[in-house]
Amino acid sequence: MMSAAARANPASFKVIPSRLALAAEVLVARGGLILLATGLLVFLAVPLVMILIRSTENRDGVFIGLANFAQYLRSPSFGNSLTNTLQFSVTTTLVTVPLAFGFAYAIQRSRIPYKGLWRNIAMIPILAPSLLAAISFIYLFGNQGWLKFVIGWFGIKTIYGMPGMVLAMTFSSFPHALMILLAALALSDARLYEVAEALGTSEWRKFMTITLPGAKYGLVSACMVIFTMAVSEFGVPKVIGGNTAVLAVDIYKQVIGQQNFQIGAVVGLLLLLPAVVAYGIDHLVQRRAQALLTARSVPYQPRRARLRDSLLLAFVILISAALLLVVGMAAFGSLVKVWPYNLSLTLNHYTYGFEEAGLEHAYRNSLNMAVWCALLGSAVTFTGAYWLEKTRRDQTEGLNFLRPVIRFQAMLPMAVPGMVLGIGYILFFNHPSNPLNFLYGTMTVLVLSTVIHFYSSSHLTAVTALKQIDSEFESVSASLKVPFYKTFWRVTVPVCLPSVLDIFRYYFVNAMTTISCVVFLYSPKTTPASVSILQLDEAGAIGSAAAMATLIVVTSGMVTGVIFTLEWWLVRRTQAWRNTAQS
Amino acid sequence: MAYALELEGIHKAFGDFVALKSIDLTIESGELVCFLGPSGCGKTTLLRIIAGLERQTRGRVIQDGRDVSHAPPAARDYGIVFQSYALFPNLTIEQNVGYGLVNRRRARNEIKARVNELLTLVGLSAEGRKFPSQLSGGQQQRVALARALAISPHLLLLDEPLSALDAKVRERLRGEVRGLQQRLGVTTIMVTHDQEEALSMSDRIVVMNQGTIEQIGTPSDVYERPQTPFVADFLGKVNVLRATALGEGRYRAGTVELDLPVDGFAAGESVRIYLRPEDRHVEGDIASLPNRLTGKITAIDYLGTFCLAELACPGLGQPLLISYSLNQMHDLGVRTGNEIQFALRVDRVRVFAERAST
Repeated sequence: MMSAAARANPASFKVIPSRLALAAEVLVARGGLILLATGLLVFLAVPLVMILIRSTENRDGVFIGLANFAQYLRSPSFGNSLTNTLQFSVTTTLVTVPLAFGFAYAIQRSRIPYKGLWRNIAMIPILAPSLLAAISFIYLFGNQGWLKFVIGWFGIKTIYGMPGMVLAMTFSSFPHALMILLAALALSDARLYEVAEALGTSEWRKFMTITLPGAKYGLVSACMVIFTMAVSEFGVPKVIGGNTAVLAVDIYKQVIGQQNFQIGAVVGLLLLLPAVVAYGIDHLVQRRAQALLTARSVPYQPRRARLRDSLLLAFVILISAALLLVVGMAAFGSLVKVWPYNLSLTLNHYTYGFEEAGLEHAYRNSLNMAVWCALLGSAVTFTGAYWLEKTRRDQTEGLNFLRPVIRFQAMLPMAVPGMVLGIGYILFFNHPSNPLNFLYGTMTVLVLSTVIHFYSSSHLTAVTALKQIDSEFESVSASLKVPFYKTFWRVTVPVCLPSVLDIFRYYFVNAMTTISCVVFLYSPKTTPASVSILQLDEAGAIGSAAAMATLIVVTSGMVTGVIFTLEWWLVRRTQAWRNTAQS
Repeated sequence: MAYALELEGIHKAFGDFVALKSIDLTIESGELVCFLGPSGCGKTTLLRIIAGLERQTRGRVIQDGRDVSHAPPAARDYGIVFQSYALFPNLTIEQNVGYGLVNRRRARNEIKARVNELLTLVGLSAEGRKFPSQLSGGQQQRVALARALAISPHLLLLDEPLSALDAKVRERLRGEVRGLQQRLGVTTIMVTHDQEEALSMSDRIVVMNQGTIEQIGTPSDVYERPQTPFVADFLGKVNVLRATALGEGRYRAGTVELDLPVDGFAAGESVRIYLRPEDRHVEGDIASLPNRLTGKITAIDYLGTFCLAELACPGLGQPLLISYSLNQMHDLGVRTGNEIQFALRVDRVRVFAERAST
C-alpha cells in the first residue's frame, strides 16, 4: 500500500523554513501596515489637520483663535450661502430619493420587461461630470432654451439658480441613490409576503408593513449620501447657479479668487460639518441594520400584476427618457453650429476646442490621470484591505494599534467633501517648508488626491470581497510553510479579480469626471478635462464645454464597456472553479 | 522519549473573557486525541494555540521536546484540516495537494510523485485535474487531508473535520480517517462537539468545559466512569436524581430508598445521582434484585433500534428515562399507559454532591 511508502521516509518532504525566510515574512506584514498607515497619514490626515490649523491663523501664520470664524460668520454672505446650501441639499434629496425608490422598486419588485436596459440607462449619469447636466439644462431651459416655456408652467422665471441646480444635481446623484436602493430592495424574505397573503393582507398594507420597513435602512443611507453629495457639490452651482451663492463656491472664490486661505479653511471646516453629521447618522442607523435577513430567507419573486406593472413601466420609461434627454442634449448641443438659431451639424466645437482652447491637452491629462488613478487606486486599496484584514496579529505585534486607525482613515474620505480635501492639499503641499512641496501642481498630486478622495467605496468593495473568501487560507498556507504574500498572489488575487476590476473601473470613471478636489490642485500643464469644461463655460464657449463633457461620457462609457466585457470573459473562463466556489 | 506534544499551564484571555484556564496536557506519539466539548468551551482556541494561529496569554507548548511557545506557525511542524477545508478554489486538486511542496525547490517530477502518492492514499487519484468545487463534500475533505499530510507533518490537527458533511458520509469518513491515521501512525488532535465521533475515533478524549479540562481518558473511561457531573451529563443521556445521602451507601430519592455501591457522603448531605437509561435490568428474575422500581409509562420516544420510555415511579417524585431495545419493547409490552417493573443496575451509577453539580 501507499501508506508504507509514506511511512518509510516520513521526513522526506519536511522543511522547516529558515529564520531568514520567517523574518522576511514578518517584515512584509509589518512593512505593508506601516506603509499604508503612513500613506493615509501624509495624504489624508495631515492635510485635514492643516485646515484646522490654518483656520485659526492670520495671514502671517500667527495664532488668532476663532477670529476667522467670527469674521466669516458675521459676513453678510455667510447666512445667505448657508440657507442656499441647505435648501439646495434638502430639495435635491427630497426629489432624488423618491424617484430612485420608485425606479428601484420597479426593477426589484415588479415584472416590467427589459430591466437590464433600464438599469443601464439609469447608470449613465455616473459616466458624466456633474457639469454636463448643468450644461444640458442650460441648453434645454436657459435663456435660449428649447423647452424654456415648460418651466414657465411651473412659475419658474429662469433656470439659473435653485431650479437648475436641483435639476442638474438630481440627474447626477440619481444613480448613487438608485444603487443603494436597488441593494436595499434586492434583499427580502418571500415568506413574509406569503404569511401576509395567507392572512389576507391588502397590497397597500403589505407595502407599508413589509416593503417599506425592509428598505428603511437603505432609504436613510440614500438620503444621507445624496445630501452629502449636494452639500459639497461645486460644479453644478458654479455653472447653473447664477447669483445663488453656496458654501462650496464660496471656498473656491476665497481660495482661488482672493488667495484667502484662512477663510477658505474656515468654510472648509463648516462644509465638513454637515457631511460628518450625515455620515454619523448613517453609520448609527446601519449598525442596527444587521441580521434583518437570515441565511434561510427565501428570495421574493414578484408576480404579474398588470396595473402595477404598467404604471411602473410608464414611470421607468419616463425617467429613462429624461436621463437620456439630458445626456443627448449635451451631445447634440456640442454638434450644432449656434444653439438654438442654427441647428446644422458641425464638429466645430470639437475642432475649436482641440485647436484653440487646449482641449486636446486637457483630454490627454484626464486620460493619463484616470489610468494612473485606476492602476494605483485598485492596487493600493485592494492590497491595503488585504494587509489590514488578513495579516496575522502576532506577526505585526506592537503595530496592531494601527489597524483601527487605518480602518477609520479608510472610511474617512466618504465624509470629506472633495473641496475640503483639495484645500487641505493646497495648505499642506503648497507650504514652503514642506519637503513634499515639489509635488504641488504635478500630475502626481492630482492622482494621489483622487485616489484618497474615492478611497472609502473602493476599500469597502475590497473588504467585502475579502470577507467572502475562506478566512483560513492564510492559516493553511502558514501550516504548509508558504508565506502569506505568496498565497495572496496565487489565490486571493485571482479569486477576487472581478472585484479588483470593479475598483479599477470605479477609479477610472471617477477620475475622468471629478472636479471638486482637483480644481484646487491643477496647474496649467495638468488641467484635467473636467476642469476645462468649467473654464470653457466661464469663457462663454458652451458648445466646446458640451463637447468636452460628451467626450468624457463617451470615454468613461467605452472603458466601462471594455471592463465589463473583460469581467464577463474572465468569469466565463474561470467558471470551472468559480460557479460553485461559494458553497 | 519526549512526548509528541506537551502543554504546560496554557492560559488564554481575550480582554476580560478567559477562554482557557491553565491547561496541562501531554500527548503520546501516534495517538489520536479528541478535544470534546460544547461550543465556546475553548477547544478550538486550544487547537489554534497549538498551531500557533493564536498566541497563549501564559504557558508553554512543547513539541517533540522543542519549546515552540513563541514560534510562528510556519516554524512548527504540523498539518491542519479546517471545518471549511479552506481548499484554494482556483487551483486544481493536484495543485492544492502540492501547495506546500512547490516552494521547497523540489524537482517537478518528485513533487508530482508525492502528490500522486497522497491522492492514491486518500482514494482520489483520478480527480487530480478537477477543481475543488467539482468534488463532493467528502472528497473535498479528503483533499484537505492529503494536502495537510503532504509535508509529512509529525502532528495532524483536525478542526471539526467532519461536521460539514451529511450524516451518512460522516459515518463512513470517521472510519477512513481513523484507519489512515493508524496506518501512518501520525499523532493527531481532533476538535469536535460530536460525542459519537469522539467515542468512535479516539484513543483518548479530553472533555472540556468553560476553558478547563473536565476529564481526560479513553472513550470507555469518560463514558462509563465520568469524573464530573458535566462529563456525565454531556456524554450520552443521563437521569439526574435529586437525593439525600443516608450514609453507608444508602440514599433516598423522594420516598424511595436506594442501595448504591458509592459511599463517601455524610448522612443528610444533598446529592445528585447520575444514572444512564441503559443502566437497568428489565428482563429475567427482577423480583430478587435490589433497587427495584415500578413505573407507569407516560411517554415513549421511539428511536428505531431502541426507544426511551419516560416512567412515572410512585414515590420517586421525578420522571425516569429507561431505554428498551426494539425486541424488549415488543416482548415486555412497553406502551404508553402500561405499568412496568425494573431494577436499577447500579455498578456504573455516579453520585455527586449537590454543590458540584451543574
